[in-house]
Amino acid sequence: MAVLQEGTGELIGWHDPDDARDWVLKNKSRELKDKTTSVKEAVSKFVRDGDFIASGGFGHTRVSMAIIYEIIRQKKRNLIMAGKTAVHDLDVLVSSACVNRVEAAYSFGHELRGLSPGSRRMVQTGQCKVVAETSNAGYQWRWLAAMMGLPFIPSRNLLGTDTLRYSSCKVIEDPFSGKPITLIPAAYPDVAFIHVHRCDVYGNAQIDSNLVEDFELARCARRLIMTTEKIVDNEFIRRQPWRTCIPFFVVDAVVETPYGSHPCEMPGMYYYDEDHIAEWLSLSRTPEGVDEYLQKYVFSVDCFEDYLKLCGGVKRMRYLKRREFLQEPMTAPWRKEG
Amino acid sequence: MAITGVEEGRYNLREFLAVNGARVLEDKKSVFVGTGLPIIATTLAQKTHAPNLLMVFEAGGIGPQMPELAISVGESRTFYRAVAASSMHDVMSLSQAGYIDYGFLGAAQMDMYGNINTTVIGNHDLPQVRLPGSGGANDVGSFSQRLVIIIADQSKRTFVNKLDFLTTPGYLDGPGARERVGLPRGTGPYRVITQLGVYGFDEKTKRLQLVSLHPGISVEEVKENSSFEILIPDKVKTSPEPTKEDLRILRQEIDPAGIVLGK
Repeated sequence: MAVLQEGTGELIGWHDPDDARDWVLKNKSRELKDKTTSVKEAVSKFVRDGDFIASGGFGHTRVSMAIIYEIIRQKKRNLIMAGKTAVHDLDVLVSSACVNRVEAAYSFGHELRGLSPGSRRMVQTGQCKVVAETSNAGYQWRWLAAMMGLPFIPSRNLLGTDTLRYSSCKVIEDPFSGKPITLIPAAYPDVAFIHVHRCDVYGNAQIDSNLVEDFELARCARRLIMTTEKIVDNEFIRRQPWRTCIPFFVVDAVVETPYGSHPCEMPGMYYYDEDHIAEWLSLSRTPEGVDEYLQKYVFSVDCFEDYLKLCGGVKRMRYLKRREFLQEPMTAPWRKEG
Repeated sequence: MAITGVEEGRYNLREFLAVNGARVLEDKKSVFVGTGLPIIATTLAQKTHAPNLLMVFEAGGIGPQMPELAISVGESRTFYRAVAASSMHDVMSLSQAGYIDYGFLGAAQMDMYGNINTTVIGNHDLPQVRLPGSGGANDVGSFSQRLVIIIADQSKRTFVNKLDFLTTPGYLDGPGARERVGLPRGTGPYRVITQLGVYGFDEKTKRLQLVSLHPGISVEEVKENSSFEILIPDKVKTSPEPTKEDLRILRQEIDPAGIVLGK
């Protein structure tokens, strides 16, 4: 079949579907075993320099920040990150020089809060490379192809644009309709991090909100570190099996981390910590400010619990809970006047 | 010259843009909503003439009744009292299959065919300014039946002859181009709203054409603030002004803190 067009973007995380199956057969255990561990252990065991990483949730919502900060603490380097509406996670990982390559769907911005000064500076000075462009649908269909064990998935977006020219997609003539169609290549992250509302010690997980891309991402990632607000009994999972959105055999590590998404939101539990995000947005305007933030919130503390104390502890978390439930007014400390 | 009502302090520019954005949307249709002014305009439409307007968010929120302004298109407000909190694969597939009537986006740069750039200013590999990229914009621009674009600062810098990067497809290089490259039939940009006017696209040439001028703005200003030639029809209407009720809803219900609309 004739290839009509080929994107020039670097093909990140693609594997031949038979190689991908072989990897799963060899490395993913079907044994129902306790996978609980610590944030420190999970990162040192499953995140290697040079890995292609992906973070679950969306933007500042339901993000495994405990793992993100630990990657910085352990000074992992040369990581490639999926910029699939990756916001605070990507911003701090790029600014701290852990990630130096990004495939961008949405990156280097904080949605309504404006652009990311830290990670933008890294791109604009050549310290971080954007190795390919795509769109949000384009990215999540990379996961879909991979979780289906397929080399690609056909789609009708990206066509006719520079986003396609800088992507890793190809365009062919669809043998059924005769029309041009985009082929989106599969992507298997080396390791993904997903934060959930609850799971058991084996990794069977429930999410009480929009799944975003996590159904697909959990199933295509080679290694999956799951952080959870709460560990529940396996019996609890088995009573309502239709609520399991991620099954245990795709999960490699389980870490109980209450408030593990802070300063990001956990739907139905706690809202964004706008003051913390504003502090980061302000400090990250200079490289010295990035160092100051990292020193204060990452390197000077040993673990996520100590970080939470620095961020205001129980009192602050209670406030964020009231914000989530609309019992406190909106604030926007990052807003520029005018 | 500024818009008369803005000059007189009756409302500000963002409020005016939100109202004009809202007026484009029809009741009993679906709209795929981006962050910022599109969320505000869509919520206003829902609270005025279009109570059964179905809002869809890329992270999976479908049909919410938003209690306060959403900062992100993925957060819990986007599925508050919604009919579904689903997934990106679900809403993007529904879009591709034809369930989205309107897409609603902001942009940094646009050309005469309604193609938009939200990726870089300058060279791609070492850009002057790195912008977030497509996000869901390319998908919304590819799949929505009618795309609405808000650009709050129309100028020669934002209305350009050649985009630094074509992130999201408008009519590409003219009539028939979308279909030729394989995009869904009959889709494309429908309205563009700036601080000077509301625009549509000429049926034959698919080029940007003035539909209405904001009160107090002249055709000359529209022409001066564009690097490409904007088609001016014989009859140009005047854009609607915010009503007292619109302003009350915007200021008291939708954005009381003035986060997007300002004070």
